[in-house]
Amino acid sequence: MVQTSNGLREGRRRIPRKYKKWLVGYSFLLPNFLGFCLLVFLPSVFTVIMSFCNWTGAGFQEFVGLKNYTKMIHSSNFRIALKNTLLYAVITVPVILSGALLIASVLNRKIRARGIFRAVCFWPYVTPVVALAAVWNMLFNPNMGLVNSTLAAIGVPLELIPRWTASTTWSLPTVILAQIWKGLGYYMVIFLAGLQSIPGEYYEAARVDGANGRDCFFHITVPLLTPTIFYVLIMLSIDAFQVYEIVAVMTDGGPGRSSTVLAMHIYDSAFVENKFGYASAVSMILFLVVALITLIQFRCEKKWVNY
Amino acid sequence: MGKKGKRWIFSFLTYGFLLLCCVVALLPFAWMLTSSFKETNQVFTYPMRWFPETFILENYSQIFKKIPFALYIGNTVKVTAATVFVLVLTSTFAAYGFSKMEFPGRNAIFFAYIATIAIPWHARMIPQYMIMRMLHLTNSHLGLVILFGFAPFGVFLVRQFYTQIPDELCEAARIDGMSEYGIYSRIMLPLSKPVVATLVIFSFVSTWNDYLGSLIYISSDTKKLIQTGLKLFITTFSADYAMIMTGCVISLIPVFFIFLFAQRYFIEGIATSGLKG
Repeated sequence: MVQTSNGLREGRRRIPRKYKKWLVGYSFLLPNFLGFCLLVFLPSVFTVIMSFCNWTGAGFQEFVGLKNYTKMIHSSNFRIALKNTLLYAVITVPVILSGALLIASVLNRKIRARGIFRAVCFWPYVTPVVALAAVWNMLFNPNMGLVNSTLAAIGVPLELIPRWTASTTWSLPTVILAQIWKGLGYYMVIFLAGLQSIPGEYYEAARVDGANGRDCFFHITVPLLTPTIFYVLIMLSIDAFQVYEIVAVMTDGGPGRSSTVLAMHIYDSAFVENKFGYASAVSMILFLVVALITLIQFRCEKKWVNY
Repeated sequence: MGKKGKRWIFSFLTYGFLLLCCVVALLPFAWMLTSSFKETNQVFTYPMRWFPETFILENYSQIFKKIPFALYIGNTVKVTAATVFVLVLTSTFAAYGFSKMEFPGRNAIFFAYIATIAIPWHARMIPQYMIMRMLHLTNSHLGLVILFGFAPFGVFLVRQFYTQIPDELCEAARIDGMSEYGIYSRIMLPLSKPVVATLVIFSFVSTWNDYLGSLIYISSDTKKLIQTGLKLFITTFSADYAMIMTGCVISLIPVFFIFLFAQRYFIEGIATSGLKG
């Protein structure tokens, strides 16, 4: 009798206890999940919907089909921004990749004060972009800046000295130069971590077999470092397509439209011109590019990467 | 040439190269610092002069009179502190649920978190702004705290750390009758110091350095944060070179000290998980 009632009581209780445990579990997620839904998940879904709507920010949305997309293709602002973003990516990605790898492999040798060198190279990455832009614009001031007075002092003819952010041809390259300078340290740290995970015995064994420095680099370092190289390549490309702040504070897209980029076109269309639907369509393009790069990463990881 | 001579040249080149990198990395900062001690008409001289003819400190007191710099700094400190608090609290809380508890839908929800990594901020910033405006959170510091405080990277970072802590620890506490909240606050949280330190440093620096967030969300000048405030100053007083450099130096100071003392956390955080500052 006692047994059964006990069993019954437990049986009645078991299910609520399980639910209670689940509820406790959900309660742990809840605070962050609310914020995540509100700020990350729902907006991501809404972007897709908004890109097919005409919305100027007030009133209600009106479904317009692909109109935003056709408008975008015909917009010269969009085309210039896309072209500049591609140019920015095509230059920054390989230069930062190889530069960071070079500095990291030098730092990976037996050298003194490695920590200090590493920290100094990394420091520009941590600094806020507004201050960086201000000092770069002064150093690269076309008339009085340190760079141009140095160029003039070493005898570069006046007509060959670039006018940097004041000229339509040099404006974007100046931003690219600033970004390379700022971003190198970050990727150098990632490469250095990758290099330090390669066991030293491999090199010793190769040396015994008569391999020289170049053999070691191309036959040990590069193959074992491919996961890192690949990761950096993906991160750099994703970053390049999202570039905004450094352009906004250094040139604001100018002179004219010579240095506008995709993210800036999105910002301006949405928050300056109040064309929220159109801006969402442009951000869909940005999303698709980044998603494509990520997809390539997942697909090719096994094929390209030698562990 | 002997083997020794060759090696000497090699190490000379190595250190030479590294020193050159350091000079290039630091030169703009050196220029910024020395210019901030100059009179504005001494910033651009020909031939260029590194050290000020007359060393002045007035820029540092003047700048607080020219723009409400102290107000911007105060706003930023407020937003940064609240962001770090919200991020650490909700991230560790959620990470505990994701790594130490079992309930239906847990993996599906975590997958939703992962799936959003690939979505750039610019691709969701417009609906995000709409939602925030509907909730009357635009042009408010609370809105910025919510914007920065729920960054998904916090959950990933802490979850990764928690999965390395053995489950037996929690099991033992459960058998002793401790509640899940008790295990979180009295066992996991005290163990989380290293990961919380990394989280605090990263969110501090990214909030302090934020430009686009406050550009979109803050419209009134008195609510501006340091970066947008400094940018406003630079555009308004675009010819006051020495003063601009002074503002830049001030905006760098907190980041510099954090970097100086917590450089380890930075570099390890990046090396192990590819965090962005």
